[in-house]
Amino acid sequence: MQSASEFQAGLAMSPLISVQDLSKSFPGVRALSRVRFELMAGEIHALVGENGAGKSTLMKILAGVYRRDSGEIFYNGEPVNFASPRAAQMMGIGIIHQELQLMNHLTVAHNIFIGREPRGRLGVFLDEDKLNRQARDILAYMHLNLDPRANVGGLTVAKQQMVEIAKALSFNSRVLIMDEPTAALNNAEIVELFNIIRELKARGVGIVYISHKMDELKQISDRVTVLRDGEYVTTMPIGTTSMDTIISMMVGRTLMDVARPPEQASRGDVALEVRNLNCGPLVKNVNFTLRRGEILGFAGLMGAGRTEVARAIFGADKAESGEIIVRSVKASIKSPADAVALGIGYLSEDRKRFGLAVGMDVEFNIVMATLAKHLAFNFVLRRRGIRATVESFIRLLNIRTPSATQEVRLLSGGNQQKIVVAKWLARDCDILFFDEPTRGIDVGAKAEIHKLLRSLADQGKAIVMISSELPEILRMSDRIIVMCEGRITGELAWKDATQEGIMLLATQRETAKAA
Amino acid sequence: MEQSKTTTIGSEGRVAAFRAQVFGSIARQKLFAFASLILLMVFFSFASPAFMQVQNLLGILQSTAVNGVLAIASTFVIITAGIDLSVGTLMTFCAVMAGVFLTYWQLPLWTGVLAAIATGAVSGMLSGTLVAKLKLPPFIATLGMMLVNKGLALVVAGDKPIYFNDTESFSTISQGSVIGYILPSVPVPNSVLILFLLAIAASIILSRTALGRYTFALGSNEEAVRLSGVNVDRWKITIYMLAGAICGVAGLLIASRLNSAQPALGQGYELEAIAAVVIGGTSLSGGTGTLLGTIIGAFVMSVLTNGLRILSVAQEWQIVVTGVIIILAVYIDILRRRRL
Repeated sequence: MQSASEFQAGLAMSPLISVQDLSKSFPGVRALSRVRFELMAGEIHALVGENGAGKSTLMKILAGVYRRDSGEIFYNGEPVNFASPRAAQMMGIGIIHQELQLMNHLTVAHNIFIGREPRGRLGVFLDEDKLNRQARDILAYMHLNLDPRANVGGLTVAKQQMVEIAKALSFNSRVLIMDEPTAALNNAEIVELFNIIRELKARGVGIVYISHKMDELKQISDRVTVLRDGEYVTTMPIGTTSMDTIISMMVGRTLMDVARPPEQASRGDVALEVRNLNCGPLVKNVNFTLRRGEILGFAGLMGAGRTEVARAIFGADKAESGEIIVRSVKASIKSPADAVALGIGYLSEDRKRFGLAVGMDVEFNIVMATLAKHLAFNFVLRRRGIRATVESFIRLLNIRTPSATQEVRLLSGGNQQKIVVAKWLARDCDILFFDEPTRGIDVGAKAEIHKLLRSLADQGKAIVMISSELPEILRMSDRIIVMCEGRITGELAWKDATQEGIMLLATQRETAKAA
Repeated sequence: MEQSKTTTIGSEGRVAAFRAQVFGSIARQKLFAFASLILLMVFFSFASPAFMQVQNLLGILQSTAVNGVLAIASTFVIITAGIDLSVGTLMTFCAVMAGVFLTYWQLPLWTGVLAAIATGAVSGMLSGTLVAKLKLPPFIATLGMMLVNKGLALVVAGDKPIYFNDTESFSTISQGSVIGYILPSVPVPNSVLILFLLAIAASIILSRTALGRYTFALGSNEEAVRLSGVNVDRWKITIYMLAGAICGVAGLLIASRLNSAQPALGQGYELEAIAAVVIGGTSLSGGTGTLLGTIIGAFVMSVLTNGLRILSVAQEWQIVVTGVIIILAVYIDILRRRRL
């Protein structure tokens, strides 16, 4: 551990980290374009932007996870180029990912010093005493009351996060990057976390704080940098900036060019009715109806239970209780196969894991759910029929692929999404759950997916759209249901919905209400 | 952006796709396997004049038949990202059951043959059920079934071989030569003919049927297939069942060749089959693979064994060399993949 005074000495007016003209592309997506960023020692610098704005990419480049395409990074005034997360860590840049990266079966001390455990006399056996002592030192430095010999798996999420921070600090970190650190914490735990962050700030550690929660930024950060669509927008001191200003900077023009939908809803029949659905901690007594021809938006913060509702209805997870009524008939859905037979399709937020066989070609992925329709003698595939179906969908949805036999992993996110849509259309599904339909998709393809959703609704499909992007919810939905902690906290008609109104409902925690 | 330049679908696209198919990674792996097969044969024919003798080549073909058929069975399971350790002892159990049907029960030849294949299918179905319904890892499920089959073979046969002396035509399944009857100058034994016919049939199943497509899809992304509303369990059980039935064919071939069912035989064959599949370019992580590759892989293994024996390499060293070759083949494959 470096002493606090040494830190203070380094706290000159020159920035700890300075990023200039940084660019990074992934296949099909330009993630960062000539981005600037600056972090002073002892500063808590918030980084905000919509999903896909490039926050995580920027941080992963700083932490050595990704390599940049172009641009420069100065650390302590020196140009640097980290070859690996390890290299960044050794130089004093630590990152705490949203998904904690701990080994649950090991102790706190082992987790902190994994790969760097102190050795005993022969250099063979671990020196457990020394290990625990060193861990205790770091935990004391953080004013944290935690037994280094405790198993990490038995700790609360908040405590696990502290272990991650301790691990980062054990590298004498001078920069700490935190990606949505409060996503899984309750109010008391957030206070605990903020105390530690302030403690570190006082000792001269520079902290990059990524969060969607505006009120937190006000509480904790000094300056805020806004990114939008991979581009740098602005950097402002938080004290003199209103939350509205930050939100409008994040959202930018997209809120303006709202391609506004419905000539007022001549609503179709009820396609789906859900009554008292319960499934695990994130689906509590959920009730709603969905009509043909409408897009029903599901808004909420991450972990509000929206995906879980969709999965429970779709039969991917087993519901504990509740009724699902499809086209006025009570349905018994025990597996995805049952749901699909009723014409329900689910498009997961994680296309690559739950939607596509990315190693296989476009053709198979489109007919994946409907191969049975294309069999001769119930056994052999009718290839001409398949080819015709596939090509008609490629044209219909304007899927850009060199051929129907192209492997899906080689296509861009937008085109992959269209392939999943084609899969369900081929299956004649008319109740469609779109879970984050434009996640990881660039701006142009996004507009196209939005147009597609609207035209599907116009054709009489009933659509549920789960989205964490408020502008998307506002732009697309005819009605909006807001969830928080597994419960539906409100329903808004399109006309009455505002970002603020939705955010209010989305943060209506049961625990907070009780207090 | 690259993507937006390409048109929706055109003849250019088809040409590109065709090119990708021919020069794609699987094709290249097959070429690699084929090249090493040729290389081995060239090497051995220079090293020993005995190697290229017709009798010796026929011997190689004959000895590849059983391993090749088992490798076909393994290919299906491995493409689903599973593994089947039970193929070797299942082959033996099927052979023993063929003995029971034909020698003990005196069933007609074809009834006995079909019953032996059905035995394999039932055992495979059991493995598949363990994997699909009880969610056992394939390694464990088929390890268990390997021992079950081995034990049952010994129990049923009473620890001694069953001979097929009463059913004279039984030996012609493997040792006769339909091709030799038509073309006397090429007396290719029936077992080899069966291997190739089976490979062609299996290859058609893999590429032209729903079963085949789902075999690849399970290996590529099982969860996505399940969430598409496909009854994944049923397909998985069917695939293991098919693999079991193919092991039944292998059992008939080996019993017919030895004119007896040897209950103590069989263990170790599963590893040779897996080696052939892997040398043929099928990835153990599933989702890719071809039967042509597997057949080439099976020939690489038997040419190697045969050639080393002709060069009078001691049996012990033959085993060592075979092991080294497998390691090399797979390592080269990994290097090649990494470069892509």
